[in-house]
Amino acid sequence: MTQRLLTVDNLKVSFAAREGENQAVRGVSFHIDAGETLGIVGESGSGKSVTAKAIMSLIAPPGRITSGEITLGGTSLTGLSEKEWRRLRGNRIAMVFQDPMTSLNPVKTIGQQLTEVIRRHRGLKKDAAYAEAAELLRQVGIRDPEQRLKQYPHEFSGGMRQRVMIAMALSCKPELLLADEPTTALDATIQAQILDLFKDLKANTQTAVALITHDLGVVAQVCTRVIVMYGGLIMEEGTVEDIFYRPQHPYTIGLLRSLPKRGGGSRERLVPIEGTPPDLLNPPPGCPFMERCPHAHARCASLPPVTELAPGHRTMCWLAVEQQEKAAAGSEGGNAE
Amino acid sequence: MSDTNNVLVEVENLKKHFSKGKDMRGRDTSLLKAVDGVSFQIRKGETFGLVGESGSGKSTVGRCLLRLYDYTDGEVRFAGQPLGGLGEKQLKPFRRRIQSIFQDPYSSLNPSLNVLELISEPMKIHGLHRGSERKEAVLELLTKVGLKPEHLYRYPHEFSGGQRQRISIARALSVRPEFVVCDEPISALDVSIQAQVVNMLEDLQAEFGLTYLFIAHDLSMVRHISDRIGVMYGGRLVEVAESDELYDNPLHPYTKALLSSILETDPRKAGERIALDGFSVSRGEGEAAPLREVSPGHYVAYDFTE
Repeated sequence: MTQRLLTVDNLKVSFAAREGENQAVRGVSFHIDAGETLGIVGESGSGKSVTAKAIMSLIAPPGRITSGEITLGGTSLTGLSEKEWRRLRGNRIAMVFQDPMTSLNPVKTIGQQLTEVIRRHRGLKKDAAYAEAAELLRQVGIRDPEQRLKQYPHEFSGGMRQRVMIAMALSCKPELLLADEPTTALDATIQAQILDLFKDLKANTQTAVALITHDLGVVAQVCTRVIVMYGGLIMEEGTVEDIFYRPQHPYTIGLLRSLPKRGGGSRERLVPIEGTPPDLLNPPPGCPFMERCPHAHARCASLPPVTELAPGHRTMCWLAVEQQEKAAAGSEGGNAE
Repeated sequence: MSDTNNVLVEVENLKKHFSKGKDMRGRDTSLLKAVDGVSFQIRKGETFGLVGESGSGKSTVGRCLLRLYDYTDGEVRFAGQPLGGLGEKQLKPFRRRIQSIFQDPYSSLNPSLNVLELISEPMKIHGLHRGSERKEAVLELLTKVGLKPEHLYRYPHEFSGGQRQRISIARALSVRPEFVVCDEPISALDVSIQAQVVNMLEDLQAEFGLTYLFIAHDLSMVRHISDRIGVMYGGRLVEVAESDELYDNPLHPYTKALLSSILETDPRKAGERIALDGFSVSRGEGEAAPLREVSPGHYVAYDFTE
């Protein structure tokens, strides 16, 4: 069976602000299996990027990880020294950021930047590293790679730079690739090309990918499993089919309904989620979605437990709890007779 | 194109070239032809969508319509009146009738003004609602865009992106415009908020009889909100049609490729993507094919004889 690659258990991250603690991530547990593509969906402020940064140990003051355990392939990542992290980062775990315009060094050639990673982590000599870098660029669909290695970032378009970033992230054959909104800054046609690249990656390598995005189209087309985050918590978790065809959580349902339908009757009115996300400086004690939820009731004032609807399909909602209670009561009654 | 009495905005052979460099005599050495011969009409009360990739010139067209840019060539007529040659003073009444909403709700509001000042500023400039009436008018607008009276004395930093966009919309509507240029008004907003703003734009359009130019790159949202859509590529308009007609029956190869890049929000429907390699209409190269009407209301700039 598939192998657990990364497990995150009860991760909490907060940022010290003048007004108090901004609790960006408030107890998040999930796992990523080897070779799978996990989508992490949520709106701005839901804690999805902070979760990724916490996995990479890139949370800088005033932020800090207040609790939680992260393990990669069975070994704990919490409490590693910065020196140990440097061996890990870019080697076993790599990250691609949203903005390809600012994440490359403008005064170094693409070749220098690519070979730096390869030489540091894989110990190749300069010539071998350049040959390897050219091969990597070819793999991500950049033509004439030997020439391109001598060029500077400004000579590349946005889509090409993102390809370079992905090539760099893949250069050490990481076990886990964290991609934080890798296509958000790109045009639709370029976005489709980059996503094809991720699909190839899924098919041809053992690298697991965590794809952070707010675009449900990206998730539907690329991911195998999905985590839906809201207010620093995981609202629902399941396979792509679970999330798109059998969503349970009112937030997931609301997100899917707020998209324009394709096909006939395109002027049909959209169904938005009314209201705004909660303030995480002073988060509500109960369900974070309570204020905007059409099904909110008295019980929602306390935090719902995580309910397993089907193997791997989990949700954090009182409605699911109540449904299971009802089902349990029904079957007990049946047994009593 | 027929139906001239219903037309509010008419763009004819619009060109906007930017200088990329000058020689020692001050002559342009190279030109960036951001918009290179674009013609279309927007009818009263409709939403005209403009789509294209970054650099296609769609925002430049919007800015030319607002006369934020002086165009190189061509003409924009608003309600029959050519705007190109007008001076700032003659233009002022049109500045009221044509308003705009921009993409970034963080940089398009003055951080040192509160909501009352932000929304009443355009009224002040155009001399609408004098005295205490003005505050009444602002309050009424606030409720129309879904904000509360207690927000009146707050500053932009106290609001979320969606709320700021609501303030921008209230500000644009404060002078009762007829035509609003919406340049990517929802791109910076979260999915759950986008639908709120789109619905509000549609409600306000119905209430005030507004005409919109809706510039965006989110193809599924453009289809939802627009009556007609123009597709831009390399500074030219390559196809114009009713929105459902365009999405169901795209004719230009670029439109086809662009539409094939829409990501289906359905995991079982993996769309067949058309690659964009070796494309014929490149910027500033020779004469492009003119827009031709191939079926009623469907225009395409492509030579199908090959």
